[in-house]
Amino acid sequence: MDKAIARVSPPARGETGRLGLQWSRAAPRVVLYLLLAAGALLFLAPVYVMLVNSFKPLAEIRGASLLALPSDWTIDPWIAAWATAKIGVQATGLRPYFANSFLLVIPAVALSTLIGALNGYILTQFRFRGANLMYAALLFSVFIPFQIVLIPMAKTLGWLGLAGTVKGLIFVHTVYGLGFTTLFFRNYYAAFPVELVKSARMDGAGFFGVLRHVLLPNSAPIVIVTVIWQFTSIWNEFLFGASFSDFSSFPLTVGLNNLVNSSTGVKEYNVHFAGAFIAALPTLVVYVVSGKYFVRGLMAGSVKG
Amino acid sequence: MASLDIVNVHKRYGSVDILRDISIDIQDGEFLVLVGPSGCGKSTLMNIIAGLEPPTQGVLRLDGQDITQATPAERNISMVFQSYALYPHMTVAQNIEFPLRMRKVEKSVRAERVRAVSRLLQIEHLLARKPRQLSGGQRQRVAIGRALAREPRLYLLDEPLSNLDAQLRADMRTEIKRLHQRLQATIVYVTHDQIEAMTLATRIAVMNGGVLQQLGTPDDVYYRPANTFVARFVGAPRMNLIRARVALRAGQARLEFADGARPFSLPAPACAALRAYEGAEVIAGIRPEAVRLADPQDAAEDGAIDAGVDVVEPTGADTLVSLDLGGGGFTARLAPDVRLASGLRARFRIDTSRLICFDGRTETRIG
Repeated sequence: MDKAIARVSPPARGETGRLGLQWSRAAPRVVLYLLLAAGALLFLAPVYVMLVNSFKPLAEIRGASLLALPSDWTIDPWIAAWATAKIGVQATGLRPYFANSFLLVIPAVALSTLIGALNGYILTQFRFRGANLMYAALLFSVFIPFQIVLIPMAKTLGWLGLAGTVKGLIFVHTVYGLGFTTLFFRNYYAAFPVELVKSARMDGAGFFGVLRHVLLPNSAPIVIVTVIWQFTSIWNEFLFGASFSDFSSFPLTVGLNNLVNSSTGVKEYNVHFAGAFIAALPTLVVYVVSGKYFVRGLMAGSVKG
Repeated sequence: MASLDIVNVHKRYGSVDILRDISIDIQDGEFLVLVGPSGCGKSTLMNIIAGLEPPTQGVLRLDGQDITQATPAERNISMVFQSYALYPHMTVAQNIEFPLRMRKVEKSVRAERVRAVSRLLQIEHLLARKPRQLSGGQRQRVAIGRALAREPRLYLLDEPLSNLDAQLRADMRTEIKRLHQRLQATIVYVTHDQIEAMTLATRIAVMNGGVLQQLGTPDDVYYRPANTFVARFVGAPRMNLIRARVALRAGQARLEFADGARPFSLPAPACAALRAYEGAEVIAGIRPEAVRLADPQDAAEDGAIDAGVDVVEPTGADTLVSLDLGGGGFTARLAPDVRLASGLRARFRIDTSRLICFDGRTETRIG
């Protein structure tokens, strides 16, 4: 804002003076862009290396610089990573694990988001005894390291008969995500106009009616934030996936690990690069598609909350 | 439409009493206005009537039927909020039909009702818009439309005009009054604007500190305020309140004003109860419009007093003049053509038939 104002009123001076003035004004900008470019380069370099080498035959990776463009382009590593690479004992590629991850992430994200919205609604609209304590406890769950819950969770899954299944992983991620999703929705709904909720109750909306007809339709920013957050963290999660699943239900992260860490044979770096890229693609897509809502949603929650 | 009985309602948050023993009976078709300064409990009372908060004690009866435990939805009371509370994601038409949709009213009936209400409020051309595309006045109409659509038994209006600019506020005030006359609706209306209270109400309930100070017609509240709080709260500029002593002179009760630069005295209003106060202190209440400029030729007869002019404020319709009477600010509402200036002295006449006395200790009206 104030920069724009400053630009409107340049003092009238001689030619050289004006040029000097322009440079002194532009200099910080030049430095800024140089720094940003350097930063971008730093973060993009590994992506570049991964991409470039995933299109090379293995011999070329060994023989030439990692930074060089492929001289002999090939998509074989991608096909291998997706469909034919040997993971564990079977040559299935990442495909079944990719499917597992989707079967896991979609219900887990949907459930944890919905329950988070419900929690946020209850914690803000009903001033019941112990509401703050409840919220504090949920908030605290965000800070519990994964490792601490491994054994209790394994026991619980055993009781429920969900051990080693995708359903079990959905349960684990839903429960573990509740702290975050509740935090998001509580803060968003704390700034929600009270009168809208009052009005809906008087208009005849019941307990779920208020949530469904008034709160949720006006929650787009925070739903987007929550979905992105939950999607990326569940998609990228490894420890629970490795601990609570078996060959039939391994998520993609575990599949990728098994692909890369196979101790037998030659290390096929090009296939590994392609596999890692496949694993990262869905989260990249999510960010690209909804990145601007993500920032907007974070702001919406923080300004008023 | 329905009658509403509020019986001995009490509301306590922790150790704080928000409402103390409020009893109001609202007749069918009545327009009751709740007024009071902020924090007086009027909004809490509205929430209790709406069913959004339970009373700590007391009973609410709608048409004789106990609704104290009923949910807001079961009461069939609609409310217009100060912020309008229009659902931002719905169009005007969807907003108006929302309460009907929640009540599972048939679609064709809903459409018909939306059409009728929008015609009544002249918002037919806005039906497809979202609330954010409307002006304040239009939003207000939509909010009223939503309240009308489901034909409730009682309307609650919580400071519905205070977000509008002055011109629009006056227009909407007239419109609400017209609507009330046309629908014969029972309305409870909260405001802190006493012009709204005076113009709209069939009865006014003045509240302060969770206590009902007075319940009466606008005339009652204005001309016979129950205590000095009501006297001060209703009317602008406010009623002049000056301490005086009741004295008997030649069989006539007089009020002697000793405060201020110049003591003066006035004949006491004819009121039997005042005789008991002989020698005691009372508070005299004089409306600014009960003062007028006296003819300077007039003898210093009863009711005429000399005073110095402090500030002159012409408002157009009349001129407000601050006088150096009674030690505090004493305001007179005079004709707009008076020739007075700050620092001048003049003779004024007080219409003692419009003078009210309050007990010096309890501050309640005498007689």
